[in-house]
Amino acid sequence: MIANIINLSRDKDASAAAVQAGKNLSSEGKGHVTIEDVSVVFGAGADAHTAVESTQLEVQPGEFLCILGPSGCGKSTLLNSVAGFVQPSSGTVAVDGAPVTGPGPERGMVFQQYSLMPWKTVRDNVAFGPLLAGQSKSEAQSIAYTFLNMVGLTRFAKHYPAELSGGMQQRVGIARALANYPSVLLMDEPFGALDAQTRLMMQENLLRIWEDFGTTVMFVTHDVDEAVFLADRVVIMSAAPGRIIDDFRVDIPRPRTTDITTDDTYIQLKRRCMDRIRSESLRAFEQQNH
Amino acid sequence: MNASPPDTQATAGAVATAAPDGAPEAMDAAEGEADRPVTPREAVSVLIAAALKPKAVKAFAKSWSIRLTALAVGVLIWQWATAINFNYFINFENIPSPVKVWTAFVAHVQSTEFYIHIAVSMQRIFIGYMSAVGLGILLGLVIGRSRLARDVISPYIEILRPIPAVAWIPLAILMWPTEESSIIYITFLGALFPIILNTAHGAELTPDVLIRAAKSLGANRREIFWHVVIPAALPSITAGLAIGMGVSWFSLLAGEIISGQYGIGYFTWNAYSLINYPDIVVGMLMIGGLGTLSTYAVRLATRPLLSWQRRSR
Ligand SMILES: Nc1ncnc2c1ncn2[C@@H]1O[C@H](COP(=O)(O)OP(=O)(O)O)[C@@H](O)[C@H]1O
Ligand SMILES: [Mg+2]
Repeated sequence: MIANIINLSRDKDASAAAVQAGKNLSSEGKGHVTIEDVSVVFGAGADAHTAVESTQLEVQPGEFLCILGPSGCGKSTLLNSVAGFVQPSSGTVAVDGAPVTGPGPERGMVFQQYSLMPWKTVRDNVAFGPLLAGQSKSEAQSIAYTFLNMVGLTRFAKHYPAELSGGMQQRVGIARALANYPSVLLMDEPFGALDAQTRLMMQENLLRIWEDFGTTVMFVTHDVDEAVFLADRVVIMSAAPGRIIDDFRVDIPRPRTTDITTDDTYIQLKRRCMDRIRSESLRAFEQQNH
Repeated sequence: MNASPPDTQATAGAVATAAPDGAPEAMDAAEGEADRPVTPREAVSVLIAAALKPKAVKAFAKSWSIRLTALAVGVLIWQWATAINFNYFINFENIPSPVKVWTAFVAHVQSTEFYIHIAVSMQRIFIGYMSAVGLGILLGLVIGRSRLARDVISPYIEILRPIPAVAWIPLAILMWPTEESSIIYITFLGALFPIILNTAHGAELTPDVLIRAAKSLGANRREIFWHVVIPAALPSITAGLAIGMGVSWFSLLAGEIISGQYGIGYFTWNAYSLINYPDIVVGMLMIGGLGTLSTYAVRLATRPLLSWQRRSR
C-alpha cells in the first residue's frame, strides 16, 4: 500500500487533465473564503450555547489553512458554516463573493467518519458528484478514474467501500470531493481515526495532491503536528465560546516531507501552538474555578 | 458476518411484525444473515472451495445434515406418539400418523385437483403480495422520512395490525366486489404491515453523514431519496419482504374460507368440515411448505440488491 501511494501520487501525466482543471480554478483566483463576524448559537433561552463567537477569517485562493483547537471548541461548527450545514446565528460566510446558503459541490467536504455510500462501488462513489452535475455516465466514470488515480486507488475502482481499509476509504473520500472540481476543499479531521503511520502517509499524499491541484483547503485538526506540517497558515481556536486566538504563517518551504519535523522553524511553531493552547486551557480552567 | 463500518449497519434488527400469534414469522427476522438462502451458484462455489477450504464445506454440510436430522427426529417422535396412542396431557390418540398423512398426500399428488388448489392459492398470494409490496414500500418510505406522514398513517397501522385475518372475513366480503378480490385482500393485508414497518424502520435509520455527503456533492431531495435513503433502507426492506411473504401465507386460510371451491386453504378448511384428519395435516403442511419456499424465493430474488453488504475485507 505504501508503494501504491507514492507511486501513483507521482504519476502526474495520468492525472494531467484534472490537475490542469484544478490549476485553472486557482489561477482564476477562486476559492476565496470570507467569514465575517460569524457567531453560531445552538439552542435557545437558558439552553443557548455559543459554539462560535464573532469570528473573522479570510482564506486566500489556493491557501492551505489549518484550524487547530481542542475537541469541542467549535472547529467543526465553523467549518460546517462554510460547508453550508450550519447557518450562522449572525454574520455572513461567502465564497468568492457568493453568500453560503446551503451545501454545494463547489465546496467539497471530507468527513471524519466514513461517509462513502456502502452500496456504491469506489468508482461510483467518486463518479456520483459529476453525475449529479449532469455529466454523462461515461464522462463521470472517466473523471472518477482520473481522481482515483490521483489518490492511488484505481485498482480498487470496482470494490465496495467495506472492502477497503480506513485510510483507503478516506482517500476515496478525497477523490470524491475533488471530482467536483471544488474551489474550496473542507476537511474535518479526516485522518483522525487512522493510526499514526497511515496518517503520516495520508498527509504527504494530501500535500502532493494539493500542490498539483491548487485548490483552497480548510483543514480542521486537534493535532499540532498535523497542522504545522500541512498548513500555509494556522489559526488556533479556543474553547467555550469558540473564537480565533492566534493566526500565523508557516514559512516552511514546499514540497514538504516528514523530514521537516526536525526543522527549527517547525519546532518553534509547534511550541508556539502548544503554549497558546496550554495558556488558553489554563485560563478556561481558572475561569471554571471562580 | 460482514464488517461494514458502524454507521452503515442499517440492517440492525428487522422489526418483527408478524401477526400477534405469528411467532414463526418473528423468528425469521431474528435469524438474519445466518439463514440466508443459498443460490445454486453459491452452492457450486462452495463445492469449488472444497478443494481449497474443506472447512467451509464441512460446516455447510454439517448445518444441513443437522437440519434434516432434526426434522427426521420430529417425524419419528410423531410416528411413535401416534403408534403408542400417547395420551398424557397432550393427546395423540386421534392424530393421524405420518404414514397416514403421507399416504393421503401421495393420493392427492396423483390428482389434478390438488394442483389446481395449489395454483389458485399461489395466484392469490402473488397478487395480494405484489400489491402489498408496492403500497408497503411506498408508505414505509414516506413514514420513515416524513414526520407528518408518520403521525397521519401510523395510528391506522397500529390499530389495524393486531387484527387477525379471520376477523376480516365479514368486512372483506362486504367491501370487495367479488369473492376472489376479498380473498386477495386478506392475503394482501397480511403482507402489508410487516413491509410497511420494516421499510419505515430502514428509512428512519439513514445515516445522517451520508445525507450530508450527498448534499455536499450536489444532490437534491429526490436524488438523496433515490441514491441514499432507499439503498440504506434496503436491508430492512428485504427483511420486511421476506417476513411479509410468510404472513401472507399465514393469512391465506382465513381468506380461502370465503372461497367455495379452490385453494390449499380451502382444501384444509374443507377437510376440517369433512373431519378428514390426514387431509387437514396435508393441507397444513402444504401451507407451511409453500410458505417456506415462497419466502426462500423472495430472499433469493432480493439477494442481488444486497451484494454490497456481503463483500467485505
Ligand atoms: N448540532 C448541534 N446542536 C447543539 N450543539 C452542538 C451542535 N453541534 C455542535 N454543538 C456543540 O458546539 C460545541 C462545538 O462543537 P464542535 O464544533 O463539534 O467542536 P469541535 O469540532 O471543535 O470538536 C460543542 O460544545 C458541541 O457540543
Ligand atoms: Mg469536530
